[in-house]
Amino acid sequence: MFAETALNVRDKKVQGLFRLIFGMMTVLLIIPVLVIMGMLIYKGGSVISIDFLFTAPTDGMTAGGIFPALFGTVWLVAVALLISVPIGIAAAIYLSEYASDSWFTRIINLAIINLAGVPSIVHALFGVGAFVVFFGFGTSILAASLTLAIMTLPVVIVSTRESLQAVPQAFREACWAMGATRWQTIRRVVLPNSVTGILTGVILEVSRTTGETAPIMFTGAVFFTPLLPQSVFDQTMAMSLHLFVVATQVPGVPEELPFGVALVLIGMVLAMNSVSIALRMYLRGRKKW
Amino acid sequence: MVEETPVAASAPILSVKNLEISYGGQKALSGVNLEIVENEIFGIIGPANAGKTSFLKSINRMDMFTPGMQVSGDIVFAGHNVKRLKNVYALRSAIGVVFPLPVGLPMTIYDNVALAPRLRGVKSKVDIDIIVERCLARAALWDEVKDRLNSLGSLLSGGQQQRLTIARALSQEPILLMLDEFSIAVDPVTTMRIEDVLKELKQEMTIILVTNLVQQANRLADRTAFFLEGSCIEINDTQSLFSGGASDQRTIDYIEGRFG
Repeated sequence: MFAETALNVRDKKVQGLFRLIFGMMTVLLIIPVLVIMGMLIYKGGSVISIDFLFTAPTDGMTAGGIFPALFGTVWLVAVALLISVPIGIAAAIYLSEYASDSWFTRIINLAIINLAGVPSIVHALFGVGAFVVFFGFGTSILAASLTLAIMTLPVVIVSTRESLQAVPQAFREACWAMGATRWQTIRRVVLPNSVTGILTGVILEVSRTTGETAPIMFTGAVFFTPLLPQSVFDQTMAMSLHLFVVATQVPGVPEELPFGVALVLIGMVLAMNSVSIALRMYLRGRKKW
Repeated sequence: MVEETPVAASAPILSVKNLEISYGGQKALSGVNLEIVENEIFGIIGPANAGKTSFLKSINRMDMFTPGMQVSGDIVFAGHNVKRLKNVYALRSAIGVVFPLPVGLPMTIYDNVALAPRLRGVKSKVDIDIIVERCLARAALWDEVKDRLNSLGSLLSGGQQQRLTIARALSQEPILLMLDEFSIAVDPVTTMRIEDVLKELKQEMTIILVTNLVQQANRLADRTAFFLEGSCIEINDTQSLFSGGASDQRTIDYIEGRFG
């Protein structure tokens, strides 16, 4: 009764074949990541030291450390977040919890999607025109961070909105039916149950912002400055631009130096991504419904 | 709820005149006229799509949250026309709602029941403790959860969550309790326990019981309405309705299980 027919045998073979194809594609996906990491560690690992992280470049950027760039990137990302996170979360809450489905909200949604698709170099030029020149911030951390913030806003909005909408509608309705206002419902039911998801999105955002080069290179990041920024109106060095500079613009840089810079940059990004992954795992383990 | 001049105390707690509900032009319920008096259990039976849930939504103004839902006609609750009431929040907090699928909010059992008092500004921990214990006890849940008030309400079993929902509704100190097919996801034993709870609650509040179980209306309701395909076919004394006194053949057919 359960004997294998020729058809069964063929089905099994086909099934095995597809499994193999899909599996191979997955492996193919991991290879570049492993190669990049492997090469960076192999070629640049020897450069990394406490001194490298905490001293300024010397000898026309062919030696020394990366501290001004590291410090500058932290500044740029922090200021960009201070701007984009409150605005993005507020906008996402409005779109998800208050706005009804109308032509107006549809236009806003369309704008957000399109904003996310604008190439970063276009954002950079907008930043120069708007913040450096028009608002008169000059090339400064403020101008660069504003540019970064505008570039990352759509992502903050979209990820926050997704986290909010993952909270079942039945919870909101139960809360409204008790006489709670929209805001009371958001504060007591929606936000407490989406905050981890929102944070995850924000951290992913940070890691993206860290690596951006184009938006900052005309608006606030400079080739070289031995001075650390004192305020948001100063210029600063940044990791991503520094990597570009030592890799292509300065003659006589030892081969391992750019790899070391890249390794630190990618390390920063990976560290932040792992925090985000850890949060997500925590979220999954703490399922509330 | 002090916005309009209340009418005489002898008036019904809820009076509905010429109620019509539609969704984006599509009629869901029309021509409903009924009055519900204090401390009665008013049963509503009828098959799916009869308009029962829409009826409940129109009373506590949840139509505001339902896109496309339009309500016309007069609904006067406790002397106030609900459509003209500005403070819909006070209206809703005076009406407890129990949904078909139990909705334990994703917070602790304690916080579920403490939510309504907190919303209306009760601050003292002692006061809230008292309310939580009393409401859980009245919903016949206290003994089962008193040792784990800080575990999640949304992870209780279906039957327990439904009793938690009732406790939460009671914590609103409602004058009207509306139950929408509460037993749909609840085991028979819990259903019986909740029915006993309702019989006691009747002393203190008015109850509208929408039910998918015809016999549940028979067991609990003082009067019962039969809704069918968007209209109210008949309202009658439950006893006479179930002892052959129904005036409409469709009601008799539905009660005897010939359709629905």
